[in-house]
Amino acid sequence: MITLKLEILRRTSPEDTPVWKCYDYQTPDDTANIASALNDLNQTLENPVRWECSCLQKKCGACAMLINQKPRLACDTSLKEFVKAGTVRIEPLRKFPVIADLIVDRTILFENLKTMKLWFAENAKTNGSQTAYEASRCLQCGCCLEICPNFYAGGDFAGMSAMTLTARLLTALPEAQKKEIFKAYQKHIYEGCGKSLACRKICPAGIEIDQLLVNSNAVAVWKRKFRHEK
Amino acid sequence: MQHVIIIGAGLAGLSAAAALAEKNISCALISLQNSERAQSVLAEGGINAALDTMGEQDSVQYHYEDTLKGGVWLADPNAVRNLTGHAPEIVRWLENLGVPFNMTDSDIMLRNFGGQKKKRTAYARSSTGKIIMTALIDQVRKYEASGLVHRYSHHNFIKLLLENQICSGVRIQNLYTGELLDFKGIVLLCSGGMNGIFPGVTTGTTQNSGDVTATVFRQGVALANLEMLQYHPTTIGISGKRCLVTEAARGEGGRLYIMKQNQKCYFMEEKYPELKNLMPRDVVAREMFFVRREFGGEVFLDMTELPELTWQKKLSDLRQEILHYLHLDPKTNPIPVREGIHYFMGGIDTDEFHRTNIKHLYAAGECSCQYHGANRLGGNSMLGALYGGRKAAETIINSADFISEENINYSGEIPPPASPVLIRNISQILVSGLGIVRNQRSLQTALENLHSLSEQKDYTFYEKNRLLLAEAMLLSALERKESRGAHYREDYPDKNEAFRKTTVSECETESQVRISFRPIPEMRSDT
Ligand SMILES: Cc1cc2nc3c(=O)[nH]c(=O)nc-3n(C[C@H](O)[C@H](O)[C@H](O)COP(=O)(O)OP(=O)(O)OC[C@H]3O[C@@H](n4cnc5c(N)ncnc54)[C@H](O)[C@@H]3O)c2cc1C
Ligand code: SF4
Ligand code: SF4
Ligand code: FES
Repeated sequence: MITLKLEILRRTSPEDTPVWKCYDYQTPDDTANIASALNDLNQTLENPVRWECSCLQKKCGACAMLINQKPRLACDTSLKEFVKAGTVRIEPLRKFPVIADLIVDRTILFENLKTMKLWFAENAKTNGSQTAYEASRCLQCGCCLEICPNFYAGGDFAGMSAMTLTARLLTALPEAQKKEIFKAYQKHIYEGCGKSLACRKICPAGIEIDQLLVNSNAVAVWKRKFRHEK
Repeated sequence: MQHVIIIGAGLAGLSAAAALAEKNISCALISLQNSERAQSVLAEGGINAALDTMGEQDSVQYHYEDTLKGGVWLADPNAVRNLTGHAPEIVRWLENLGVPFNMTDSDIMLRNFGGQKKKRTAYARSSTGKIIMTALIDQVRKYEASGLVHRYSHHNFIKLLLENQICSGVRIQNLYTGELLDFKGIVLLCSGGMNGIFPGVTTGTTQNSGDVTATVFRQGVALANLEMLQYHPTTIGISGKRCLVTEAARGEGGRLYIMKQNQKCYFMEEKYPELKNLMPRDVVAREMFFVRREFGGEVFLDMTELPELTWQKKLSDLRQEILHYLHLDPKTNPIPVREGIHYFMGGIDTDEFHRTNIKHLYAAGECSCQYHGANRLGGNSMLGALYGGRKAAETIINSADFISEENINYSGEIPPPASPVLIRNISQILVSGLGIVRNQRSLQTALENLHSLSEQKDYTFYEKNRLLLAEAMLLSALERKESRGAHYREDYPDKNEAFRKTTVSECETESQVRISFRPIPEMRSDT
């Protein structure tokens, strides 16, 4: 049996002043996680906690939130971790505008991908590339952006969620796109990143961000420098 | 303003959006959440196409035959001919979008999958859906930037706008602002399977609530083959849902057994010496049900004999997942598995061109009833969603009488969502009637329980829709007095040629469900 206090930062709208609310929660399910707790709790509340989820198995990135100050996926965070402390604090991500309760608007994350023109302009085969595979796994959950000291919404730095997608493209980038994508990479990723790799540790998909970053820097930045030096 | 309104941004919706954009037709792409969160990202095992890269003399004809046979001759042969014929082109298209499929030395690698005699399933380790989605989302982003695809994520479908039983658009709600909008145009539904009708017991996402299907049903859209629910034989119970263990686990050599008098009994291998553990899903699931009933205890999936390289190259994600959720290493421990609801062969009734019974309304992907007949082969649904989206777009383009009216803000009341208690009650009733093994008595009891639930009070719009859909599901299963594919009746254990027909459900006068049977189209010689 798991017994816990769930402290949730609640608000009904973006304009509303947020308030911490505390709920007693109990479940016989030892494998329960924050997502299942929120679902259970909502069955009992007149005003259910608003939050987003979809896959419930850490594959879609919908349920990213701050859990005891750390950006994590609710469905990937076991309640067992908090039994000893007897309480857990749940609040929305801070880097994005809050809509209500635990829901944030992550539109900026997707806008950045558009700004950087992250797509293949023509046919491009990645030939089973391991890098392309690893990069394609990114959930676009935004945990890396939340933890990053350099990312803020509206800034030039697009963060690792954009780096992963660029890394996929770089494995097979058509000649005609190189100049533009390299430039975008330099401006929106390379120049903003301090390489502390806090993002690597937090990534719930366990993406090898460090590897992808080294690869992408090599292709998009150093090669270009090298060419300039020539 | 847009020409076409697409509800749903999974594989089917994205595929349709891309196909329309290629022809310079604009669309509004509407979904509850971003594409990254759609159920399509969960697909693991792969996608079928007779690429014949493994030197096994595979052919489109074989793919066609396996698909029809897997669906126990309930699928439209003309549609399946198109699907399987275009499958190689679809997978090559994905390859050109940069999907890193697993490769042989020179070409796309194919693996075995249930119900198919040849290696025909292209895959990207054990995250094929996610990897394809990433490439497809990138592709559609290009069209977003060029103004052909207008995305409306975090928007909920409220209902169809109908004028004299012709569809003229949709009403949607922005979930972040609460704003209501009436969008005008041709509508293509790509809203996925009906998982939310069975909360907690499917392998799919909570996002696909089933409300779209339930609502359009009440509005007069015909549904088909609702009794055909696919149970995946190998799922593990995790908090809040059933988690799939991909069929690839068996494709790569995983074996099912149950303990019988202290001995491991490999029941599938004993009973089906040819396809063994790779029999179609319905057969495997049913056999599991029967051996459990006979011997008691759980069925185990034994992957302990798989080579190290297979774990590394092909099933690394699966191993991580099982370790994470069960605290068991499948490399060294057999794992207990059970059946879970995994796929909806039935849904919105469409013809081979993806038209519904309502003019200007189309459907594709898992929300539609097409291609899979009484049972879907693993690897055929991603194909069906991608091809179906494309085919629907093609039909829309060819029949173009686009409506050109401005979208408008709507300022009225909208109904509240169905109550969680009612959702759970309906689900319990359905599960009791629509299990792997069914009979007249259990279905009749379920129907009676549903009726008494329906009479308890005056329900809201979404609640009524759900009750009606549930009734149609039970009635479809009751009326099909035979066993075929996913539908197994203990009291009618054999297939009956008289029922080689599509079960059609219609909602008359918004409250009466009518079931009828429609013959399967003949194979045309021109295709
Ligand atoms: C665990 C798992 C593994 C699978 N593995 C395979 C496999 O290996 N091979 C294979 O071929 N198939 C597999 N499948 C099946 C396959 O993934 C799906 O059938 C297919 O991806 C469905 O695609 P879709 O586009 O029709 O729907 P989905 O991807 O489910 O997308 C539905 C879309 O509709 C939107 N939507 C739903 N309701 C509303 C609403 N009310 N308002 C607005 N939008 C709404 C959602 O937001 C979403 O964008 C698997 C399925 C699961 C669950
Ligand atoms: S890199 Fe990791 S943390 Fe960042 S968006 Fe992708 S999956 Fe999330
Ligand atoms: S390495 Fe540091 S600066 Fe760079 S993205 Fe990660 S957290 Fe941010
Ligand atoms: S619900 Fe999909 S990652 Fe948590």
